[in-house]
Amino acid sequence: MESALISPAAASIFGIPTILFSILIPVVGIAIFAFIMIRRITPLVKAAPDERFCCIGHRIFLTLKIWLAQWRQPRYMLAGIIHIFIFAGFIILGARSTQLVIQGFSENFILPGFSGIFGQIYNVLKDYAATWILIACAIAAVRRGIFKPARYVVPPRYGKDHTTEAIFVLGLISTLMISESIFEASLVAAQTQKSLHTEFPAPLSLAWAFSHMLSGFSQAALQNTHLITYFIHDLTFFFFLCFLPLGKHFHVITSIFNVFFMRVEKGNVKPVRYGISDEQLDDLDSFGVKVFEDFTWKHMLDFYSCADCGRCSDRCPATAVGRPLSPRFISIKGRDYAFKHYPLIGGNGAEAKPLIGDIYDEDEIWSCTTCGACEQECPLGIEYIDKMVDLRRGMVDEGLVPQSLQKPLGALEKRGNPWGKMERKRADWIKALAEGSSVKILEKGTVAETLYFVDSISSFDDRMQEIARCTAQILNAAEIDFGILGKAEKDSGHEARRFGEEMLYQGLRDYNTEAILNSGVQHIVTADPHAFNALKKDYTELPPVEHISQMVVRHVQSGKIRLKAVEDPTKIYVYHDACYLGRHNNVYDDPRQAIDSIKGIKRVEMTGNCRDRSFCCGGGGLMLFYEPEEEQRMGVLRVEMAQQSGAHVIVTACPFCLVNIEDAIKVSGLEGQMEVLDLTELIAQHLIPEDRRQNTDGRRQRSGDR
Amino acid sequence: MEILVCVKRVPDTAENEIEINRDGSDIERDDLVYSVNEWDNYAVEEAIQIVDKVGGAVTVVSLGDEESEEVVRREMAMGAHNGILVTDDVFAGSDGKGIAAILKAVVEKGTYDLILTGAQADDGAGQIGGMLAAMLDMPYASVVNSIEVLNDSQLKVGREIEGGNQEMNEIALPCVLSIQTGINEPRYVGIRGIRKVASVDIPIWGASDLGLDPANVGESGAGVKRVDYFVPELGEGAEILEGSNEEIAEKLIDLLKAKGGIK
Repeated sequence: MESALISPAAASIFGIPTILFSILIPVVGIAIFAFIMIRRITPLVKAAPDERFCCIGHRIFLTLKIWLAQWRQPRYMLAGIIHIFIFAGFIILGARSTQLVIQGFSENFILPGFSGIFGQIYNVLKDYAATWILIACAIAAVRRGIFKPARYVVPPRYGKDHTTEAIFVLGLISTLMISESIFEASLVAAQTQKSLHTEFPAPLSLAWAFSHMLSGFSQAALQNTHLITYFIHDLTFFFFLCFLPLGKHFHVITSIFNVFFMRVEKGNVKPVRYGISDEQLDDLDSFGVKVFEDFTWKHMLDFYSCADCGRCSDRCPATAVGRPLSPRFISIKGRDYAFKHYPLIGGNGAEAKPLIGDIYDEDEIWSCTTCGACEQECPLGIEYIDKMVDLRRGMVDEGLVPQSLQKPLGALEKRGNPWGKMERKRADWIKALAEGSSVKILEKGTVAETLYFVDSISSFDDRMQEIARCTAQILNAAEIDFGILGKAEKDSGHEARRFGEEMLYQGLRDYNTEAILNSGVQHIVTADPHAFNALKKDYTELPPVEHISQMVVRHVQSGKIRLKAVEDPTKIYVYHDACYLGRHNNVYDDPRQAIDSIKGIKRVEMTGNCRDRSFCCGGGGLMLFYEPEEEQRMGVLRVEMAQQSGAHVIVTACPFCLVNIEDAIKVSGLEGQMEVLDLTELIAQHLIPEDRRQNTDGRRQRSGDR
Repeated sequence: MEILVCVKRVPDTAENEIEINRDGSDIERDDLVYSVNEWDNYAVEEAIQIVDKVGGAVTVVSLGDEESEEVVRREMAMGAHNGILVTDDVFAGSDGKGIAAILKAVVEKGTYDLILTGAQADDGAGQIGGMLAAMLDMPYASVVNSIEVLNDSQLKVGREIEGGNQEMNEIALPCVLSIQTGINEPRYVGIRGIRKVASVDIPIWGASDLGLDPANVGESGAGVKRVDYFVPELGEGAEILEGSNEEIAEKLIDLLKAKGGIK
């Protein structure tokens, strides 16, 4: 093809062939980039081991869904859409940029496969991609620079505002788009002037607009424009590449890896150290994360990958109530630490200093309820729960445990429950069972098919014992042969583990496992999502575990559980998703179905704050004992959300949610206006008792006749 | 600084429901769980913090039955360097003076700059610190809530005075101090910590190791004997509210309102 302009590969300026620059720029750029990347990888090599090569198929699926398809982006609609456009544009323009760089020294280079019809389609696509990226950047800049969404604010204690970096990068991207388009447009204008063959830019694209603007330029001016924009593009491209690993835009490089290696299972907790069995734990010198190098390589990669989008903290209940925790800054501070202690130039690592008291605070780390809202939201697959647990393990190992938690931990050790109640009183709740209800205690040869694992709060707390009694009533109604372990049951240890007391948890786990296996049961049911999660995700070797809501739905369907019509049809109900039932175990529909199986019941949703976007009630287990610094209770915010949905009755399916929300209603002075019930209580209230079923049916028959 | 801390194993009042046994001589001990006396735990933490600052070693000693070894280990897991268990059948039934005499023998078997006790024990009389100091002829400060090491021979100690007042004293070493809760925030001792010291040797000393005449300690040497133990009957004007916590709170509010305590 005859060309009106001399290409960068053939041109010269002041007698120097420009090919020199178009070789030198990539060579230097790639060398600097490689050097930076090696420095960035250094801490990852020193990090604790991690096992992230399991279930490759699922990982590929997650990468396609969350990385390539940007699945989580539209959860924040405007920012999400802008990001999808920029991301898709980057993916498309990657090929174009590579081709351009190579054309700088190999004039007619075309990427393999880009010569035929595909190349023509691609050229149209890339013109539009550059155009929409520029538009997206403009919208993003206006949003970031003028409207300033609250989620990007950096509170003073966390350092300086990050807007400048964000705007600077948007500027770099825009420069790339504009220079690339003018480079193309100048050639088109020159070819057109000389009536030579040219491929016209896609109509209404950026390049198309520039080609019209440049149509009146002289050939010489076009030649200069062509060369200058080429080198602006080339320089910006390699500057941007080397700038990426220096800040929050590192995610452009790391995101694909971070998503590929992300958490594949939910509700579980990482072992103290990968590759070390429970029996070998006593040989470890140290537990948990104390210094930066104790983090696993994936957790360090998380720090690198954080794009500072603020979604985690926007959904974090601890941040919402003013606790000294913001997941976003767990990552940012981790990244800043890595950059400072593994600098590009100078010694690596420096002296390992404890992170607690340096970049993290004790209260910051204890503030997390492990509700999982942050991880659910993160578009990059960054994890927080395991980091919290690992940091807590380190604090427990150093004795840094607040006094408010030391008592319940001690009681768990001595009495098997955090209140320090007597073991022999664990089954006392059955003394006040509803009429016609009975509970077997699986001891001295008494056996049953199903175990009802009650766990501590429903066994000992006066109010929560009602959940245990209602559960028993439901199990009786469903004609299930069940029993409880009584004094042979100890706390599931779910929170002991998540609060970093791994060895205490393991003791409880081993004790309960033995008691459950000895009882010979074939199924386990529980009404406590924390126990449910512990038995399902933390324990091994146990028979299958079900939450009571799942059992209710099954037996409503089988006809064994029959429910009357709702007593007061004017009341509006709303279901509050418990973190350890919903987010950690994907049980969203069963509790709703169970409620809806009560005829005539009106149920609404806390739209925007339900299902996997549920808002933690304040936390369960040991979190009930912890005395956080906070401006208000999480439960109070939750009750507000329920009230805004128009509901009068909040239905929970977790004893801890019930405690927290009940307290929150009192604190908010909404007694009489709002009430809270456990799902088991709601179902038990509406059970049609076995012996009266005939009568009720009879009555129904009669009223039907009328 | 060489510090000796005297610790006692007591029924954990927070985690037990204390009931009197049938013949009224003691509490029902079958279902009890035990722990380190809370005040003693603060004393050990303080000793560890002092040694962390100025060097030296912390030794914990517990006088009691063989089970008391458990609390010695727990305090060693906390960071005490040495532990001693003092147990002997002839010590049973010792009164406060007897216990102080045994501890005096322990102190004299070593060289200590500072001896700490708890200000009192859950099941005690708060008398050991003072008696021990007198027997050792050492200066003594009670209910200490702050300690600052001034130099090799002097401490500055704060004492809590009734009514929320605070007193500061200089005290010459060696001395005995009885420690008040709240002087610090005792560190947590996890299961892992206890396991780490599970096989550390703890010397066990009896009357003969300490050169004590059995006639002067234990029941035979005691000038004070417990003759009865009971829950006092409700007196005039006293009432125990019953029911769930909420019911109790409501009743209390009603009572306070009725008596004009709140409006």
